[in-house]
Amino acid sequence: MIQDQELAKVVIAKRVALELKDGDIVNLGIGIPTLVANYLPPKVEIFLQSENGILGMGPAPMKGYEHPNLTNAGGSPITFLPGACAFDSSVSFGLIRGGHVDATVLGALQVDEEGHLANWMIPGKMVPGMGGAMDLVTGAKKVIVAMQHVAKGNAPKVIKKCTLPLTSVRRVDLIVTDMAVIEVTEKGLLLKEVAPQTTVEEVVKFTEASLIIPDNVPVMPITL
Amino acid sequence: MKNKVITVEQAIEMIPDGATLMIGGFLGDGTPELLVDGLVRSGKKNFTIIANDTAFPDKGIGKLIVNKLVKKVIVSHIGTNPETQKQMIEGTLEVELVPQGTLAEKVRAGGFGLGGILTPTGVGTVVENGKQKITIDGKEYLVEPALKADFALIKAQKADYYGNLFFNFTARNFNPLMAFAGKVTIVQVEELLPVGGLSPNEIHTPHAVVDYIVRGNAK
Repeated sequence: MIQDQELAKVVIAKRVALELKDGDIVNLGIGIPTLVANYLPPKVEIFLQSENGILGMGPAPMKGYEHPNLTNAGGSPITFLPGACAFDSSVSFGLIRGGHVDATVLGALQVDEEGHLANWMIPGKMVPGMGGAMDLVTGAKKVIVAMQHVAKGNAPKVIKKCTLPLTSVRRVDLIVTDMAVIEVTEKGLLLKEVAPQTTVEEVVKFTEASLIIPDNVPVMPITL
Repeated sequence: MKNKVITVEQAIEMIPDGATLMIGGFLGDGTPELLVDGLVRSGKKNFTIIANDTAFPDKGIGKLIVNKLVKKVIVSHIGTNPETQKQMIEGTLEVELVPQGTLAEKVRAGGFGLGGILTPTGVGTVVENGKQKITIDGKEYLVEPALKADFALIKAQKADYYGNLFFNFTARNFNPLMAFAGKVTIVQVEELLPVGGLSPNEIHTPHAVVDYIVRGNAK
């Protein structure tokens, strides 16, 4: 398994980036998902949507060029790309809930065997609120979880059944971690790929959920 | 035609203790800071706030929380303001969390004369607790009642003297929705133009829903 935490994040971002197709409308969550935009394959151009009312978000501006009315859903300064549009929250969630967003990439606290995701609260400990996550998971065409495979103390995050409050009953489509790519299928969680420097045995050891493991599990097609 | 332009002090004077306030903005972007600061100075309290979030301790709605002027918030997110969570745990602040898209539509419904909306968001989660469910074409929806407020405090970049509004970039967010849903809607504008100074095509919100205009921009 990959020990370097920064490299682990890059592995996740690079692998998620391969899931995005030219022309996709994509919503990236805060944290690791945000990194995905840095690793898009050549000739893949996507349109980044943000809950606060923008389609066509560009990278952070140069220092000194920030505008107080140009921010992302985390409140950080952004830029507009040519062709970008701004709109109100109703339109923003019309895009999200209405099935007009091709892919949403989110972090998770837990994902379970049924593909259910919990990512918005730990009762009694951390209650940030769901923000736009429930609408995104309910409405986006494809839901990709991008997260580190285990929590602090190596506690598995891909588990049998979520114990934390669910974000949605809609199943996620794909789980990409620093150890594996796991597809949520009708039959269960299918181990599709392992990360570089990672074995199937390690994935199994750090996953509580049952995995369907094919005879041949390829390594993620990314370069480190 | 009455003149809608008033001072911050005149605006705050209208707002009583315990009022329900919708306040525009997304993590402070698009929040009428002059009106928020006016509320803080007034010492009025026990407000119920409907907003996207509680921003940061030193920004936007966060300042109302830090100064303990709020008894309840109806918001989608409190993660950027530790004070909100602290008061919630202490039991001095009631927090009702609503999915962001649902919140936007509840506010829109309130201003648009609808009783509420049907949404699939939240079905099968703790959000559905205590709510009516309706099945249409085999798919379940939550009934989410509309929201209204005594006052909507919003922010626009430009207005004319009638109160036609233009919002700037991502500062639009909840503002045009809340403009309709306040019994009294007060807008803070950076730039006040003569009537006719905005093209009919660029007006985001018609003057019919704007009651008062406060001019200025927080530093």
